[in-house]
Amino acid sequence: MTVTEFTAIVGGGALLAGFLGSLTGLGGGVVIVPLLTIGLGVDIRYAIGASLVSVIATSSGAAAAYVREGYSNIRAGMFLEVATSAGALSGAFVATLLAPKVIAVIFGGVLVYSAYLSFKKAGEDPADTGPPDRIAAWLGLDGSYPGRSGLISYRVHNVPGGFLLMGVAGVLSGLLGIGSGALKVIAMDRFMRLPFKVSTTTSNFMIGVTAAASAGVYLGRGYVDPGIAMPVMLGVLAGAFLGAHILAAARSHWLRLAFSLVIFALGIQMIYNGLTGRI
Amino acid sequence: MTPSEEHRLEVMVANLLRVGVVLAAALVGFGGVLYLARHGHDAGAYRTFRGEPAALRTLSGVFRDAVALRGRGVIQLGLLLLIATPVARVAFSAYAFTHLRDAKYVVITLIVLGLLLFSLFGTH
Repeated sequence: MTVTEFTAIVGGGALLAGFLGSLTGLGGGVVIVPLLTIGLGVDIRYAIGASLVSVIATSSGAAAAYVREGYSNIRAGMFLEVATSAGALSGAFVATLLAPKVIAVIFGGVLVYSAYLSFKKAGEDPADTGPPDRIAAWLGLDGSYPGRSGLISYRVHNVPGGFLLMGVAGVLSGLLGIGSGALKVIAMDRFMRLPFKVSTTTSNFMIGVTAAASAGVYLGRGYVDPGIAMPVMLGVLAGAFLGAHILAAARSHWLRLAFSLVIFALGIQMIYNGLTGRI
Repeated sequence: MTPSEEHRLEVMVANLLRVGVVLAAALVGFGGVLYLARHGHDAGAYRTFRGEPAALRTLSGVFRDAVALRGRGVIQLGLLLLIATPVARVAFSAYAFTHLRDAKYVVITLIVLGLLLFSLFGTH
């Protein structure tokens, strides 16, 4: 295969990755890594470098639209970034306690189970019940987002639980070199009970920061190859712009279904990588 | 903070992300053209991991290669700009929250910025 052919194939796959990643808040590594490793036989370390690049490109590319249109909750995002950044830093320490392989298999199992839960729950967002959360109010996290007929207000719940799970998401990304959008969406959707579109777009807003920290380190180790990262970045960015463009029209129901399928695939991938020692 | 101020903050954050990502894409695209013009017909070799040469792993090396208009160096410079974009977003937010006199969020964003810079520069 010539470099030009390789560039075209990777660019096409990256377009799909950016599209799916921007709509589900997952970033796109779930498409990039298997395409490069299984499809094109690229070494896993180059694939991890490319995957981090794809996460940052998806995040920043789509976030520009999501933030401006008022989908992402930037206060919640910034507050929860404290947990993900601290978690990512302690990832290296956690690696001395548990082998990354074992963690990948456990994480994969959690994702497959979450995919099942999310699939079962697939429907529109439930009505918000219960009293306002004191911590959420103190941090000014409650917000609103554009719905089909005007702005829809929502409240944020269980801030400590969400914060804790975000810390775990950070540890995993530090450890496995992923953006860990899946756990971020789950933390906001299931624990903090944010509307699904707010959860995915806020995750999308956050994953760029998580991935940037790792990407700098991996670039320094020589994992980021310009020949691979170039089509990945350009393809993903085009896909993310497309995804951000159709989010407003997309129904939460379909987004949730797409999310379930993608995290199911990601879970299987993690278990496979863990069992075959590719982590 | 009033809703309109909140919205102004959102628009500024969105613009910063857009400018960062568009500039990075322009560099990567330009570098990609140079790279493909020179190496488009070579056989790709990514099956074995060799690691990138120092010129593509360090800030100074990337700058030198990019200024010399080597395709891979220009791409790598674009990627560095891409990586810097979320970091700049956090730094800008800290500044913006100072302007809005929102002490809680100034502290929160500064903590994130500190952790981010530490993991980028402090651990190796």
